Amino acid sequence: MAMNRANEIYVEFDAVSENEALARVVIAAFLARLDPTVEELEDVRTAVSEAVTNAIIHAYEEKGGKVVMQASLSESGVLEVHICDNGVGIADVEQAMQPLFTTGSANERSGMGFAFMEAFMDRIEVESRVGEGTRVHMWKAFERCGTGAQPILQAAVWNSDGRL
Amino acid sequence: MEQKLEDFAIIDNYLCIRMPREVDHHGAAGIRESADRLIMDDKVRNIVFDFEDTTFMDSSGIGIIIGRYRKISCFGGKVYAINASERVRRLLKASGMSGIIEVLT
Repeated sequence: MAMNRANEIYVEFDAVSENEALARVVIAAFLARLDPTVEELEDVRTAVSEAVTNAIIHAYEEKGGKVVMQASLSESGVLEVHICDNGVGIADVEQAMQPLFTTGSANERSGMGFAFMEAFMDRIEVESRVGEGTRVHMWKAFERCGTGAQPILQAAVWNSDGRL
Repeated sequence: MEQKLEDFAIIDNYLCIRMPREVDHHGAAGIRESADRLIMDDKVRNIVFDFEDTTFMDSSGIGIIIGRYRKISCFGGKVYAINASERVRRLLKASGMSGIIEVLT
C-alpha cells in the first residue's frame, strides 16, 4: 500500500443550506488525491451532507451560526472528519441516533441522517452538550494499492495482489 | 438548485417530478411545496419521482418521498421511482423505501 503524506483541512462556514453542497465539494476535493472509488466518494459525501444538514436544521434551527468541518488523512489512508457546531445540542444522543427518530415535522424529515452516517462510514461518535453544541466524528479507511501509475494507466497495470 | 416549473408534469393521473442533480435539504423545500400544490389537483392519483438527472441524494430525498407517500397513499395512490442510479437505488433500499414504493429500472 502506498503511504500518503498526512494532510489536514479546517473549514468554517455559515450554517446555511447552500453550504451543504459546498461541504460535499470540499470533502470530495480533499479525498481526490487518494483516487477513491465512486462508491467510497459518495459514501463520504453522503455522510458529510447528513452531518452538515443536521447542524443547519437541528443545531441552529435554521437561524444560522457557524459550522466547522475539519478533516484529516493519515499516512495509512484513514480519513477522519469532524463536523462541529455551537448550536442547541442534543439532550439524548442515543435516542437521536435511532433510525427514524426526528424532531423535525414528520412530513419533512426522514430521521435517517445518523443511520446513513453509520451505514456509509466505518465508525461515528457523537459528543453533545445542551446549550453548547455538537461534535460528530467519523472515520473511514481507504485501502489503496500503490502502483505509482497515473489513474489512466492503472487499468493496464495489475498489482502483485491481483487487484487493479 | 431551484426546481423549475417544467420539472413537474401531470400525465394522466400521475404527477411526474423530475428530481434535481443533487437532492439535499437545500432544494427539498422547493420540491415539497410544488409537489404538494400539484397533489391537490383532482386528477393526481399517483406520484412518479424521476431520478434520471440525480447523481447525489442524502436522507433529505428520503424525507421528500416519505412525506409525499403519506399524502398520496391516504387516497390509495402509489409512488414510483424511475431511472434511479445504482447509488440512488442503494439509498432507497437502505432506508426501507423500496418496501413501500415501486422502484422501476
